[in-house]
Amino acid sequence: MWLYLAKRLLLMVPMLLGITLISFTVIHLAPGTPVELQTTMNPKASLEAQQRLKEIYGLDKPLYIQYWDWLKRMAFLDFGRSFAPDRRPVLDKINERIGITLSLNLLSLIIILAVAVPMGVLAAYRAHSWFDKATTILVFFGFAMPSFWLALLLILFFGVYLDWLPISGLTSLQFSQFTFWQKVQDLLAHVTLPVLGAAFMGLAGMSRYMRGSMLEVIRQDYITTARAKGLPERTVIFKHAMRNALLPVVTMLGLSLPGLIGGSVIFESIFAIPGMGQLFYGAVMARDYPLVMGELVIGALLTLVGNLLADLGYALVDPRIRAG
Amino acid sequence: MQRRKHMIKREFWARFRRNRLAMSGLVLVAGMGVVALASPWLAPYDPNFIDLKEVLMPPSQSHLLGTDTLGRDVLSRIIFGARVSLLVGFVAVGIATLIGLLVGALAGYYGGWVDQALMRMVDLMLCFPTLFLILAVIAVLGPSIWNIMVVIGLTGWMGVARLVRAEFLSLKEREFVVAARALGASDARLMWRHLLPNALTPVMVSATLGVAGAILVESALSFLGLGVQPPTPSWGNILTMGKDNIEIAWWLSFFPGLAILVTVMSYNLLGEGIREAIDPRLQE
Repeated sequence: MWLYLAKRLLLMVPMLLGITLISFTVIHLAPGTPVELQTTMNPKASLEAQQRLKEIYGLDKPLYIQYWDWLKRMAFLDFGRSFAPDRRPVLDKINERIGITLSLNLLSLIIILAVAVPMGVLAAYRAHSWFDKATTILVFFGFAMPSFWLALLLILFFGVYLDWLPISGLTSLQFSQFTFWQKVQDLLAHVTLPVLGAAFMGLAGMSRYMRGSMLEVIRQDYITTARAKGLPERTVIFKHAMRNALLPVVTMLGLSLPGLIGGSVIFESIFAIPGMGQLFYGAVMARDYPLVMGELVIGALLTLVGNLLADLGYALVDPRIRAG
Repeated sequence: MQRRKHMIKREFWARFRRNRLAMSGLVLVAGMGVVALASPWLAPYDPNFIDLKEVLMPPSQSHLLGTDTLGRDVLSRIIFGARVSLLVGFVAVGIATLIGLLVGALAGYYGGWVDQALMRMVDLMLCFPTLFLILAVIAVLGPSIWNIMVVIGLTGWMGVARLVRAEFLSLKEREFVVAARALGASDARLMWRHLLPNALTPVMVSATLGVAGAILVESALSFLGLGVQPPTPSWGNILTMGKDNIEIAWWLSFFPGLAILVTVMSYNLLGEGIREAIDPRLQE
């Protein structure tokens, strides 16, 4: 296991390099230099900001030296300071928001798993039944539903029409005066719609995947054996089949991370949640390059770590991976 | 040979036609195409005609889907929005498919370090939350319909590359390819004339599904104000107005989203239908 872990960590190094290379390229995509672009196209860029940009990108030096310098700063997670009037370090800004985004995404992931796994298992077990057909329709909707439209519909129905749930922010105005339980209640009410929305978006893919994986497993000989030796159907399905069918789903979880993190831009900006996505949206609108780059690198890092965790989880439950 | 091709096509059609969902997808896709092409004749009003006496009117006889904050007819704006969505969808997928074909073909055909390098590149691109990457590039280049098409294309080729690579890997060992090579066909000829035509069917499926994905991304960008810029109507930017007026004008939020849902779903149904018609084993 340790050897496997070391191998995986070592493999992350070139990936990290690649991530920085792509992010670096993105800054240099601008026709001319980013500084010129900002000064000619953006009246908001002050002289000071121009100087700051030139410093950050070191544009007077040859490209490979620029990249090397940039890389050195990245190694210490130094993304520079934000262009916003407060001029705070990019990392601080991300730090105070990353927790909110991660916990919301974790909540959605838990809901996705809790619903998609039983749904997929049942759909596969009773393939072509009405339940299977109903979930198939749901899945087609899930794949075609624009996430922001879903958010708007949730707001329209639960927020405006029924007036049950708050539609923006993370807490109410009087939050600081609440007792502990009121605070918990308030927070839950505020995150319900965004979390449900994000969960629905992930549900379609995951349940379809679970169904496919389960169908595959049910055909295996050891399932026939388990049935033949007289095990109750419940044990066969939930113990023998489901556990094995879950394995590829673990990998799928890792792969669904970039989508969830990317989706947080949409959900957080609609529901006015002060997370990484909203920060990123603001940074893009204000052309706050250091912040945009910082978030881009951190977002990719999160994905990388998520994939690593998924693979480790996979290796933990499947000894064949560790040996290979 | 020609006759055999004909047979395969007929079988494909026979299977496709039996699939009701796929057929409805095809009809909807065609219908949406007609709407986009004929929008000047279909739209009841000029989509940019501002009528400040008719601001935020709910759906009625004169404005079937209501009006927006400037009194513009929502139905007409949705009809014209189809142009933007389909244009972005097709061009972006075209770019993505071309890059994917090239990368996948080179990786699958040459193998070795070429394959290693290109596939690591694919892994890398998959690391980025796509929306983050797209938004970052838009932040640098500025929002415009052309930039959006290019950026969606540049961030969407990885799936096609993997697909084509897998096809090439299995095809290049087949007898007809080995025979062509023995006859002295060049690498380029082998790839272009022998491997590519045989790898195209799965690419077709992924391109159809890709149009659906690109339409979703475009509408998300326009919704966030970083896509197609007003006054050009796009489904996404009508929804932005819907969000800002959500407590008073539900029709601004409801109908454009429905248009996106229906369009995306019909491309998905069409793509799945083609997939199943090509490979009947999938149909069970």
